[in-house]
Amino acid sequence: MSSERLAVPDGKRGAPALSVRSLSKRFGDRVAFQDVSFEIGYGEVFGFLGPNGAGKTTTVRTLGTLIAPTSGSATVAGIPLTPEKGVEIRRRISIMPESPGLYLRLSVIENLECFADLYEVPDANDRIDRALHAVNLADRALDACGTLSKGLRQRAALARALLSDPEILFLDEPTSGLDPLATRDVHELIAALGQRGVTIFLTTHRLEEAERLCDRVAILNTALRTIGRPDELREQLFAKTLTVRTLVPLPEPGRVFAGLPAVDGWRQDGPATYVLAVSESAAAAPAVTRALVAAGADVLSISESHHSLEDVYLELIDEDEEADQR
Amino acid sequence: MSVSTRRVRAIFRKELREYRRNGSIVSTMAIIPLIFILYPMIDVFALPTSASIPLEHRDFLLYLLGIPAIVPAVVAAYSVVGERQQGTLEPLLTTPIRREEFLLGKALAALVPSLVMSYAVYVFFLACVELFARPGIASTLLRGPELFAQLLFTPLLAGWSIWVGIAISARSSDFRVAQQLGMLASLPSVAVTSLIALNVIHATLGLALGLAAALLVLDGLGWRVVSAMFDRERLMTGTR
Repeated sequence: MSSERLAVPDGKRGAPALSVRSLSKRFGDRVAFQDVSFEIGYGEVFGFLGPNGAGKTTTVRTLGTLIAPTSGSATVAGIPLTPEKGVEIRRRISIMPESPGLYLRLSVIENLECFADLYEVPDANDRIDRALHAVNLADRALDACGTLSKGLRQRAALARALLSDPEILFLDEPTSGLDPLATRDVHELIAALGQRGVTIFLTTHRLEEAERLCDRVAILNTALRTIGRPDELREQLFAKTLTVRTLVPLPEPGRVFAGLPAVDGWRQDGPATYVLAVSESAAAAPAVTRALVAAGADVLSISESHHSLEDVYLELIDEDEEADQR
Repeated sequence: MSVSTRRVRAIFRKELREYRRNGSIVSTMAIIPLIFILYPMIDVFALPTSASIPLEHRDFLLYLLGIPAIVPAVVAAYSVVGERQQGTLEPLLTTPIRREEFLLGKALAALVPSLVMSYAVYVFFLACVELFARPGIASTLLRGPELFAQLLFTPLLAGWSIWVGIAISARSSDFRVAQQLGMLASLPSVAVTSLIALNVIHATLGLALGLAAALLVLDGLGWRVVSAMFDRERLMTGTR
């Protein structure tokens, strides 16, 4: 763990940190996840979203060699995901489970000493010291973990995950059950790790968390529903729109909006509110403004509609629920 | 397969630190030896000197082998299911530790305090007999072969109990059930040593060597068999 930006590991330039091909896991008749495929590059912060029971944690456990996949293949940190390679894979990754899983009777430093030995890290004391400083927990190092607040326990678990300088860091719901202040602290830590070039696989159902922290996101609902940058997903799923509000209804809105550049169509959404489908907001907005002024309209506002990642998520999950009901 | 001593030591050291701070484990380790030492103590100190002749046919000290048979079984029964119940098993299993290393660390952590406790109780018992029992009784009880049997069978019995206890722990979902089963599983060993102590089974050198060899083989096999039974996926998901 160094303070400067981490480089891609030697010999792995251009190779994906994680490559998953048609991976599936079933427990008897129950499908945990199926036919999941994606790739993650080194240094990427990747969000894995989905509702409860979507298969996120099972995917992490599978990639972390705790669970064997039913079918499909994957490479983790460049190593094929097979039972024989389990130790080699686990040496290169680190998983922070949803529950911190600390030994509550032991101090923070005793917990870290145990894991430094399990990872056989060189210069264990130095690594522990740096991990504690990275999560701002050095002053509580000698405290028993049982005496720490939930947020501080989460930090201790993060320090534990950083000890081995992992090539890929899996964070499973890292802010689950935390209050807003502790959540903000964990977000800042994750953002700092991302800036240092640590490859992070973040599972969460907090959409604002993913939107804020992740370079790309995937939405899983047993099967992979979509994958991409948050802004790409918004564009894929929702048409760009401008919302125009005037003081009084336009007498002939069709004449005002027809034929304007980059405006594909319009509809009225209230007595004096108009929603315009546009191909390019930057081109459409000035033309719409000019047309309204020319028509003598008293314009209250022209705004670009913003769809959040939450809209994307809800749209996809709703689609799944509707399909299930049919 | 190579075993990393550093990883085994990490588990061993962590376990000992946890024992020290866990009152229920310490009390379990202390109460069982007290129960086992009570009857021989009362019996020995209540005996008149004339009782030394019938005592020659009883292997009194072997009662105390119940300590290494039961204490480690109870401690080992907590080892895996305890980690699972307190949510610490998953972080452990995500490290590069092999199951053989994990189990060896757990077994050593149950073995060492059990041996220390057992030998300490023997020494205490022998010292009390030597210092306070009637002279005829003391010289009848403190016999070389019995002392040797104590030294030999204490680790062998403890080893067997530990592997049985860990096997139960790896298959249980509740540590109280695991501890009760661990205690039950150690009863056959206690029964055999009691029958020998009461001279129902006559102790001979051949019998002792045969039992020791059998326990040695079982201890070695125990590590392999329990390692094979240790299933990360089942422990994580409760399936299979």
